[in-house]
Amino acid sequence: MLSKSVKSLLVAVFSLFIIFNSNVSFAQENGKEHHPSENKEQEGDFDVTGFILDHVKDHHSWHLWGHTSLPLPVIIKTDKGFEVFSSSKLSGEHHEPVVYQGNYAYKLVEGKIKIVNADGSVNEEDSKKVFDISITKNVASMFLTMLLLIWIFTSVARAYQRTGVKSAPKGFQSFIEPVILFVRDEVAKPYLGHQYARFMPFLLTIFFFIWINNLLGLVPFFPGGANLSGNIAFTLALAIFTFVIVNVNGKKDYWKHIFWMPGLPTAMKIFLMPIEILGVFIKPISLTIRLFANITAGHILVMSLVSLIFIFKSVAASAMAVPFTVFISVIELLVGFLQAFIFAMLSALYIGMAIEEHHDHHEDIPVI
Amino acid sequence: MFLEINPLVLPDPGLLIWSTLAFLILLFVLGKFAWKPIMKAIGEREKGINDAIATAEKVKAEMAQLKSDNEKLLAEAREERAQILSEAKAIKDKIIADAKEQAKAEAAKIQAETYQSIENQKMAAMVDLKNQVGSLVVEVAEKVLRRELHDKAQQENYIKQLSNEIKLN
Repeated sequence: MLSKSVKSLLVAVFSLFIIFNSNVSFAQENGKEHHPSENKEQEGDFDVTGFILDHVKDHHSWHLWGHTSLPLPVIIKTDKGFEVFSSSKLSGEHHEPVVYQGNYAYKLVEGKIKIVNADGSVNEEDSKKVFDISITKNVASMFLTMLLLIWIFTSVARAYQRTGVKSAPKGFQSFIEPVILFVRDEVAKPYLGHQYARFMPFLLTIFFFIWINNLLGLVPFFPGGANLSGNIAFTLALAIFTFVIVNVNGKKDYWKHIFWMPGLPTAMKIFLMPIEILGVFIKPISLTIRLFANITAGHILVMSLVSLIFIFKSVAASAMAVPFTVFISVIELLVGFLQAFIFAMLSALYIGMAIEEHHDHHEDIPVI
Repeated sequence: MFLEINPLVLPDPGLLIWSTLAFLILLFVLGKFAWKPIMKAIGEREKGINDAIATAEKVKAEMAQLKSDNEKLLAEAREERAQILSEAKAIKDKIIADAKEQAKAEAAKIQAETYQSIENQKMAAMVDLKNQVGSLVVEVAEKVLRRELHDKAQQENYIKQLSNEIKLN
C-alpha cells in the first residue's frame, strides 16, 4: 500500500512537472492542429508539448486518421438559448478554426468555443455567456463506453439466467466473474463488512467504468484514443458520487468524529474540527487528482516516447522509442486496472469509515 | 494562478454534467439489469457450492460412523468367535480328560479283577499242590519206614545220628 501511494505520488509529481514545464511553450503556440506527419519534414522543430497536450485535451471532433475527423455535435447555451450544430462548421478545409455564425459568431480558440467580434478578435466579455455542453470527443467516448458496459454486463447477466447457477461460467462470463468476485472480496467486503451488498452496484459500476475507460484510452486509434479517465472533469464527477454516497450514508459516529472528536480534551476537539471538515472534502479531491494525474501521466509518457522519433528526426530512434513505448504501454495496462481498483477501494474505505458503528470510546478516561 | 493557466486541471462543466449523467444512467441500468441478476446468481452458486460441501462433509462423517460401526461389529464377532473357540477347546479338553480318567478307572478295575482271579487260581493250585505233595511224602515216608525197620543195627545208627544232630544244634 505504501509503495503504491509512493508510486502514485511520483507519477503525479512527474506529470505535474511536465505540465508546468510545458506551459511556456504551450502558451506560445497559436492553437493550430499539430500532426507529426505535417511537421517532421519541415525545417522547424517538432512541437512535442503541443502535440502531447493536443492529445491529452478534449476536442470538439474525433480525429480518425490523417486529415479525416468525425464531426461531433456542439451544444451551447447562451443568453439567447440553446444552439446545436455540427463541429465541422467550426473548422475549415485545412482544419483551421473558422467563424460560425449562430446566435453569436463562434470560433474555436485553443479548443474552447469563444464569441468573436466582427474583426475576428475574441470577445472575452461575451464569451463568458457561453455554456458549452457539447458532445465532445470525451463525451462521445463515454457514451461508447456506456453502450459497451451495458452490452457486456447485460449479456453476462443473461448468460447467468440461461445457463443457470449450477453450471460453470462460460466464455466472457468466466472472465467477468472473477473480476466481480475480486471487487466483492478485495474491495467491498474488507471495508464495508456485512453491509457490503448495499454498495456493490456502486463499486462495480465505478470500477468497470474507470477500468474500461482506462483501457480504451490506451487504444491509439478511433474507438479509443480519448483521454477520458485522464480528464479532471470526469474524475471529479466520479469523486462527487463517492462524496455524496459517503456523506449521505454517514452515521452519527461519523459526524461526531468530524465535529466533536470523542475522547479528546475540548481544546483538541476545537482544533481538530476544521481539520476533519477539511478532510471530508480532501478525500474526494484526492480521488479526483489521483486518477486524473495517473492516467494523464501515462498518456504523456507514451506520447513523449513516441515523439522521440520526431525529435531526433530519425527512424533509428524508433529502435529505442518503440520498445520503451511498448514497455510503458504494458505498465499502463496495469496502471489502468490498478487505478480503477484504487478508486473503488478508497471509495469503499471512505464509505466504510462513514457507516462504521463505534462502540468503545472510553470517554471517561482522561487524556493527559 | 495555476488553475487559470492550465486547461488540463480546469474541470470542464460540460464534461462534468455529461459524466454525472452517464454515471447515473450506468448505475441505474447496470444496477437493475446486470449487477442484480449477476450478484444473485453468484450468491446462489456460492450457496449451492457451500451446501454441496456441507452435504459431502455430512456424508463423509456418516460413512466414517458406518465404518467404525462395522469395525466394532467385526471386533465383537471376532471376540465372540475367540470365546466360542476357547470354550470348545475347554470342553474338548474336559471330554478327553474325563475319558482318560474313565479308561484309567476301568483299566484299574479290570486289573484288580484279573489279579484277584489269578490269586484265587494260584491259591487253588497251591492247595492242590500241597495235597499232592503231602500224599507223596506220606507215601515215600511209608516206603522208607517199611525198609528201615527191617534192620536193627541201622535203626540204632540212625537214632545215634539224630541224637548227634540234636547235640550240634
